[in-house]
Amino acid sequence: MNDTLKRIFDSDLWYSFKRHPLVIVAAILSLICILGAVFAPILAPHNPFDLKTLNLLDAFTPPAWTAAGKGQFFLGTDDQGRDVLSTIMYGSRVSLTVGICAVALSMVIGITLGLISGYVGGALDSFIMRVADVQLSFPAILIALLIDGVARVVIGKDGHDEVAVYVLIFAIAASGWVQYARTVRGSTLVERNKEYVQAARVIGRKPLAIMFSHVLPNVMGPVFVLATLHVGAAIITEATLSFLGVGVPPTQPSLGTLIRIGNDFLFSGEWWITVFPGIMLVILVLSINIIGDWLRDALNPKLR
Amino acid sequence: MFFNRTSFSISPFNGFNPSKPSKPSKLFNPFNPFHRTIHADLAPAPQPFRAPSRLACMVAAAIIATSLPLASITEAKTFRWASQGDVLTMDPHAQNEGLNNAISDHVYEPLLNRGKTMAIEPCLALSWTQINPTTTRFKLRDKVTFHDGTPFTADDVVFSITRAGEKTSNFGAYMQGIKEAKKVDNLTVDIITNGPAPTLLDQLTEIRVMSRAWATKYNVTRPQDFKNKEETFAARNANGTGAFILRAREPDVKTVLVANSNWWGKRDSNVTEVVYTPIKQDATRISALISGEIDLVLDPPVQDVGSLKANPALKVVEGNENRTIFLAMDQGRNELQYSNVKGKNPFKDVRVRQAMLLTVDINAIQKTVMRGLSLPTMSMIAPQVRGYSKDLEKRPAVDTAKAKKLMADAGYPNGFEVTLDCPNNRYINDERICTAIAGMLSKIDIKIKLNSMPRVTYFPKIQNIDSSFHLYGWGVPTFDSLYTLQSVIRTKTSGGDGEQNYSGYSNPKVDALIDQLKTEADLAKRATITREALLIHQADVGHIPLHHQIIPWAMRKNVTVVHRADNRVFAKWAMVN
Repeated sequence: MNDTLKRIFDSDLWYSFKRHPLVIVAAILSLICILGAVFAPILAPHNPFDLKTLNLLDAFTPPAWTAAGKGQFFLGTDDQGRDVLSTIMYGSRVSLTVGICAVALSMVIGITLGLISGYVGGALDSFIMRVADVQLSFPAILIALLIDGVARVVIGKDGHDEVAVYVLIFAIAASGWVQYARTVRGSTLVERNKEYVQAARVIGRKPLAIMFSHVLPNVMGPVFVLATLHVGAAIITEATLSFLGVGVPPTQPSLGTLIRIGNDFLFSGEWWITVFPGIMLVILVLSINIIGDWLRDALNPKLR
Repeated sequence: MFFNRTSFSISPFNGFNPSKPSKPSKLFNPFNPFHRTIHADLAPAPQPFRAPSRLACMVAAAIIATSLPLASITEAKTFRWASQGDVLTMDPHAQNEGLNNAISDHVYEPLLNRGKTMAIEPCLALSWTQINPTTTRFKLRDKVTFHDGTPFTADDVVFSITRAGEKTSNFGAYMQGIKEAKKVDNLTVDIITNGPAPTLLDQLTEIRVMSRAWATKYNVTRPQDFKNKEETFAARNANGTGAFILRAREPDVKTVLVANSNWWGKRDSNVTEVVYTPIKQDATRISALISGEIDLVLDPPVQDVGSLKANPALKVVEGNENRTIFLAMDQGRNELQYSNVKGKNPFKDVRVRQAMLLTVDINAIQKTVMRGLSLPTMSMIAPQVRGYSKDLEKRPAVDTAKAKKLMADAGYPNGFEVTLDCPNNRYINDERICTAIAGMLSKIDIKIKLNSMPRVTYFPKIQNIDSSFHLYGWGVPTFDSLYTLQSVIRTKTSGGDGEQNYSGYSNPKVDALIDQLKTEADLAKRATITREALLIHQADVGHIPLHHQIIPWAMRKNVTVVHRADNRVFAKWAMVN
């Protein structure tokens, strides 16, 4: 354990991290967001989904620092009397879960297809890459909308609420695998002619084993950068879908759902219901993107 | 429906019909990323400029010269209005629903209709006399033609009244007591009732007249079976005698009507075109009004009424609607379809219903959800309706402890689960009311699974009685309590009896009183019977009344309309300056 820590602190990456104050701030912010989301049931002042504890007469309480605010609702309450701070904490749980799971699934699909495409080559390579080309010509959000819409028809309304989150994860993952496939394929094309791969082939290892145990570790660098940036994009996609009303059901609101609910009250002056989830979304995505950007620069040998 | 919970009425999936390219929506929707991009390929390519020929110039000048004086007299005005949901069908006898009837009223006309002050006036009938207790003779208006040019005759009246009485009709309540219509001559019709029919004239204001020839030609002699999702020619096309002609109908996109220049009546209006656009999202609907894309919003979100009143470009006209919003619990089945209680139906136990009544804090809903824009009530009929009396308003105070005890006595100390079906684009703040009620009922451990959906899915579901618990609203176009009692409260049998009694509430004593009311002509006696029936229903907690709606209409300053208690906008009385 100590060894690993030592290796981390001795690495170029850590050195670079220490030299970028913006990245440190971003890392702290995203850590706060993630911890707040993970430990929401412990940390949140109220449980917004326990209907018993809600009082409709608390609805539309402004944030605590305004004249009409109440101390127990720091960021105010929404139209049902739910504490906005608590809904944000629970909401980012859903947003982060969907974002991270979607990226993980995208990675699995993209890396596998990219490896096969690059290593096997030939007609299979052309086929996979043409499919990728076709998909790249559609915006990711449209593909996600399409998958979500089809799932709604196939599963039906009653069952959909229970599986909505999984459908959403799949929809976002299916729209994002192309980048991974292309990156991995490019690196694989370079790696497969290197001597260590030839050596592995000579001693009789199977193609799949070579792909995953020899080539894969050497093409993962760019994939990590891509994945970090993709988490931010996936959270935004999820928020967009939920804002459009096709994402997660209102019983498990994500940040996008919260923004949509609050949007109805913008004109009447209850700005806090939509603004705070919005700020949370911006902070979360921005800090993840800053980390991703830094990671890309730090891992790029040409910029060192 | 593609998206059951979609909050955008103009989404790329609903309404986009690839076989029939539609014009890009004129309405600017700032929150819709797809706006103007869907149909961009259909936009006309800019034409290169070509010098017009001399002849063309002369022709054009002549046209302009002749049309100018005309144009200045009858200036073409488009009246654009919006509310949250869409018209369900154009068939005048398929869906007895407020907005649907409002649009139908532009195209189709009944024998009698209600004027600006809701008084009954002659429409397609010029005069009427009662020739014996069960027969009323109507003299019809002469020289009236349908939009397709065919003349209006007694045959059309007989046909329409028969059609409204068909099984697939949703207008059975208005057919109460009507036996048949008989043609006397081309412009005279006798309407024969089963017995004395004190509310016959009220009922006839909602039975709209179709052309027999047209209906026969397009095979729509029977109303569209809406709840079983039937599609007919009459659902998307219309041919009436009304002041406006249906020009275009794109479900969930827009409905366009143009003025009928051959209309028999006199209009107090300069409107030549009406465009109705459903806009689900509250903020989008209000943005469209503020930016001037539409002229009137029928149902501004209550939280925005204050700021709309303060806006110098807009005005808000307010009034009480004769619509009552209530909760209906399935008391008919022996086991609820959507609940975790098996083998029995908790809603059959009056103690459970009483407990629910004691838990729903309607004043809290009025204060926060409705922002004061509702009249909390205990009565199933609104004050404007004949038969209303003040002593129907005694609502027990909210008492959770007592409610919990009632639940325990009924055998549900730990509550139960049930699904609440709720429309999300029909009544004012419908989905929010349901969410609030879910919160309140959780206090007596009734766990609500909220199932909210757009009206186009909601109505067929409820009409098929595929629900255990739902929120419903009931307006009274006849302005007589019989309409509510017979449709919503009476045991479901045939025709108008229990036509919209989706709760399965049934009490023989109440039924007997209602049947008495059907033929009772004396107003004082009617009031006594109504009161008695409603008080028994109240003691049974047959439904849980919530409130009567207050309907603020928000419009641009240059628009003048007649605000009526039935929440219907009439373009024939609208001025756009």
